[in-house]
Amino acid sequence: MLEGILLGLSSAFSVTNLLMVVGGCLIGTFIGMLPGLGPMSIIAIMIPVAITLGDPSAALILLAGVYYGAIFGGSTSSILINAPGVASTVATSFDGYPLTRQGKAGKALTVAAIASFSGGTIGAVLLMVFAPMLASVALLFHSAEYFALMVVGLSAIAAFAGTGQVAKAMLMTLLGLVMATVGEGALFNQPRFTMGILDLQSGFGFITLAMAMFALPEAIFLILDPARSKTGTSGEIKDLRITREEAKSIAPVIGRQSVQGFLIGVLPGAGATIASFLGYAVERNIASKEEQEQFGKGSVKGLAAPEAANNAACTGSFVPLLTLGIPGSGTTAILLGALIALNVTPGPRLMVDAPEIFWAVIISMYIGNVVLLILNLPLIPYIAKVLTVPRTYLIPFILFFTLMGAYIGQNNSTELLILVGFGICATVLRFADYPLAPLLIGFILGRMLEDNFARSMQLYDGIGFILERPMTLGLLLLAVVLVVLPAYRARRARLRAEGVADGD
Amino acid sequence: MALDRWIALIILIICAAYGYTAFFTMDGGLPPFMQRNPIWPSTFPKVIAALAIIASVIILFRLEKGTGEEKAPEINYRRLTDYKLGQALFLLGLMVAYALLLRPAGFLLSTSVFLLAGFYTLGERKYHVMIPVALIATVGIWYLVQEVLGIFLSPWPSFMLGGA
Repeated sequence: MLEGILLGLSSAFSVTNLLMVVGGCLIGTFIGMLPGLGPMSIIAIMIPVAITLGDPSAALILLAGVYYGAIFGGSTSSILINAPGVASTVATSFDGYPLTRQGKAGKALTVAAIASFSGGTIGAVLLMVFAPMLASVALLFHSAEYFALMVVGLSAIAAFAGTGQVAKAMLMTLLGLVMATVGEGALFNQPRFTMGILDLQSGFGFITLAMAMFALPEAIFLILDPARSKTGTSGEIKDLRITREEAKSIAPVIGRQSVQGFLIGVLPGAGATIASFLGYAVERNIASKEEQEQFGKGSVKGLAAPEAANNAACTGSFVPLLTLGIPGSGTTAILLGALIALNVTPGPRLMVDAPEIFWAVIISMYIGNVVLLILNLPLIPYIAKVLTVPRTYLIPFILFFTLMGAYIGQNNSTELLILVGFGICATVLRFADYPLAPLLIGFILGRMLEDNFARSMQLYDGIGFILERPMTLGLLLLAVVLVVLPAYRARRARLRAEGVADGD
Repeated sequence: MALDRWIALIILIICAAYGYTAFFTMDGGLPPFMQRNPIWPSTFPKVIAALAIIASVIILFRLEKGTGEEKAPEINYRRLTDYKLGQALFLLGLMVAYALLLRPAGFLLSTSVFLLAGFYTLGERKYHVMIPVALIATVGIWYLVQEVLGIFLSPWPSFMLGGA
């Protein structure tokens, strides 16, 4: 391993490669901040640039830098304007945006930067040590387990909802799944539920839906209630420091979530989105009662957990890509395409045939994380200047960016009408206190969930796979427990409130 | 009946229609070779339709009891007219107009008009600031998207392109 590290160091510390890291992180951060442009679209856009470089290590380093930058930039817009451009930063907005509204945007960005840095660095260490081992673990998972794992992920979202909200969160998740079935599925070449509308043939666009669920209702709320945009910050980000107690409270969270996020990231199909939501749910459940109250209202723990987890998971998603040649997520799938265009075939032989590429990428992950940290901490006050823009200017621009995001993705103006329509629906749902994040997660996972379900059904010729594979059964039982537990706990709490004695 | 139960009712109707399609009308056109498959395009939708109907019934009939304490809503929808409803509706209408006009009127014209109308609606009257801001932003974003990102955005109204 040592000669590998040395090889990587010599390759990564060349002037061009260092420039690639810095440039990639910068481009990623700034474009990632714009709502609607997630890592996937940015990397796709950067591929022609990377390919013209000609050197596979430099290209992969550039794209990896863009990837981290975009994830960090996405967190920034989640925190500052509640417009997550990327699914994996949706969980960041749960506690990041309330902090901004309390005038603690600087602190929120600092916590996010530190958590991202730690998550990414710990992830890179784990990648280096465990890449070969973890690859064999991922091989044990079949489509049946992936199906079950996604069901667990979706049920865990019910845990966000809190007491009395489980059914609403469930309904929203299911509605997301329903929306994911619209259009042509991968397994069946048959359009479904399109109601004869040609534009629905390819299904709803993820970016359109994300805009409609988050950015647009937020903008409408800002219009309806002018007092909302008075966040208490005049854009002056003074409070960058975090206190010793806060640092102490988030350190274990970051440690746990970096490891957990990395492990989830390794599993193909799981990735940063599930890692961030699961990380949030886990930290929320193991936090003390008083701290649990804070979640969703601006808890630093609730912010650090998804940030550490999603960065660690990004690193983790490189494991199946580099060791098996299987992309675990949309982003790594695009990276795979770029590598093949550069005449490199990732897979088990990569470490043997082209060790300099493998190690250069790993070393560049460390450099990328350091660059992001030193780049972003001093830049935070400037980034947060977004807040000083008066609302008369800010709101039309937010509306315009939601429109642009939806349009660029599909190049289709019907998409814009769908955006406005869903935006209005989402606003009404928010009036009635329905959680919107589960809908989007259900939508993102819906297609993968169905594909894996279909594959296991075909392999086992029916529903029998649930009983034949103990791991699947175990995961599905866990999912049931996750859904039932909050209802049971609420019932006990109510009984206790009514003065009925209970067991413990 | 509170708004959340009305919404549950609407979703219930949507899911019932969705379930009806999945259970009764979808499989009709299924080619014979696919009928031997253990999974049909309608299998997964049937499962989620059933679950969604259960969940919406739970909300509709308030089967899940909350802790009883009402959270103060961010926006009280019962008093919607107290808020800037007109502005919100106008801006939404503006977005629809933008969607319809983007192709025929071209990116530069429709975007700058959209931004200016947006600023004006929200009460901005400093013309010497808002006009340059709108124009610079429009041209800047167009340049970024078209030249840097390489995504085609038709800049001019369609009649100026000679029918192209």
